[in-house]
Amino acid sequence: MSRAPHSVYEGELRVTNVTKKYKTSHGTVTVLDDVSLTVRRGDRLGILGRNGSGKSTLIRLMGGVSPPTSGSITAGMKVSWPLAFGGAFQSGLTGLDNLKFICRIYGVELDQVRAFVEEFAELGSFFREPVKGYSSGMRARLAFALSMAIDFDCILIDEVIAVGDQRFRNKCTDALWDPKRGRSTVLVSHNEDLIRHYCDHAFVLVKGKLYPFGSADEAIAFYNETLYS
Amino acid sequence: MTGPNEPIASRRREEPSFARSLQLQLSVWWALAMREALTRFGRHNVGFLWLFFEPMSFTIGITLVWTLLKMTHGSSIHIASFALTGYSSIMLWRNPATRISHSITVNMALLYHRNVRALDIVIARILLEIAAISASFFGLAILFVFFEFCEPPEDIPLLVAGWSLLALFATGLSLCIAALTEKTELFDRIWHTITYLLFPFSGAGTLLDWLPPGARKALLYLPFAHGVEMIRHGYYGSSIRTHEDWQYLLYVSLVLVFVGIAAIESVAREVEPE
Repeated sequence: MSRAPHSVYEGELRVTNVTKKYKTSHGTVTVLDDVSLTVRRGDRLGILGRNGSGKSTLIRLMGGVSPPTSGSITAGMKVSWPLAFGGAFQSGLTGLDNLKFICRIYGVELDQVRAFVEEFAELGSFFREPVKGYSSGMRARLAFALSMAIDFDCILIDEVIAVGDQRFRNKCTDALWDPKRGRSTVLVSHNEDLIRHYCDHAFVLVKGKLYPFGSADEAIAFYNETLYS
Repeated sequence: MTGPNEPIASRRREEPSFARSLQLQLSVWWALAMREALTRFGRHNVGFLWLFFEPMSFTIGITLVWTLLKMTHGSSIHIASFALTGYSSIMLWRNPATRISHSITVNMALLYHRNVRALDIVIARILLEIAAISASFFGLAILFVFFEFCEPPEDIPLLVAGWSLLALFATGLSLCIAALTEKTELFDRIWHTITYLLFPFSGAGTLLDWLPPGARKALLYLPFAHGVEMIRHGYYGSSIRTHEDWQYLLYVSLVLVFVGIAAIESVAREVEPE
């Protein structure tokens, strides 16, 4: 792995020539092949890919969950963990205990965000029940509320936005893309409607290779070609 | 501090100071330890007071058994303090070193947060175990002395120093075990057996001075035996003869700590959170 010194660009999340390989029982599999992209402040970026194209791996590398095999990832802003259905939560703990845990590890005062999270997640009395009893919609609401509480500059979203009713989705949209806040988002999905709706420009990931496009529509057109070719 | 949804332009980005980094590191360990205690014991009834009650009940049980067996062989020392120092010393290294098995794999989801590293998960659990047994040991010591089951300790600083050194050994050993159990399944299976087989050689059930010189010399190769001897030296003062070499225990512990940290860093490069 190269450890060349690189500067951190203020307000940018940079993925530079990243390759990720996994060892399996039948040899090494290259999941990401020389991938580069930059997320700037206020970007609404989408990554479109089929199942197994490496999109979840990419977003996990961007979130610092696992290291790249080669290449570098530099974060010049506060980047969230990848918001997904699993991960991040302790399902045996209550929503409130999960909030306490998150506050402690990110150095945030519980009292400052507790009311906000309780209100935003709309869990009612379930907030004091173990997360394992939650529906997927409730988990998604808690995931969003927690990431808003930590006040990240860049939020990584792995499909999870697809759940919940329209009203809650609107609420998330308003909070995520509050123009006063100037937050960046990266959404990975196989669903072109989500990408069209929530992204200004998009990438398509095919077999570990990343293809950049100016607009979400161009990316979707290319994606459909690869899908049926 | 800025609240959620405040414009970025109004915030300055500053390099975290050493004090701030240290504070965050400690709060990560605290968060992980609290989470571990909560998941293990829940919020029901006395909840995570069981963390202390569990080792206490073991020690009290052993004290009763040893009293019945008259383990102190008619020497002048009280059986209660002898069992307390002996069995607590064993638990101080054995509990963390057995409960640390697979701690990284089972807590993999925590690695989703960039402030949590594999080493943090392991250290937090070791600290939790050490804190629980220390609270049990010192709590019972105060109770035993208060109710006059045994004499008060002679040399408290020496006792605390011995306890701290043995805790450092426990930390080093547990770090190594944590890495080994992640590397091979087999090790986890034999490790529990090994810890039980080590019981007679732990120095807990006897003073080394009561042993023939040959056996004593052999036992003194085991680092934890030095810890028990030192703790008893502190407890009984010069009324007994002890044979510990604190430097040997310190050096072995430091080597284990460094080897353990390196091994866990190597494991951390291999694990992939789901």
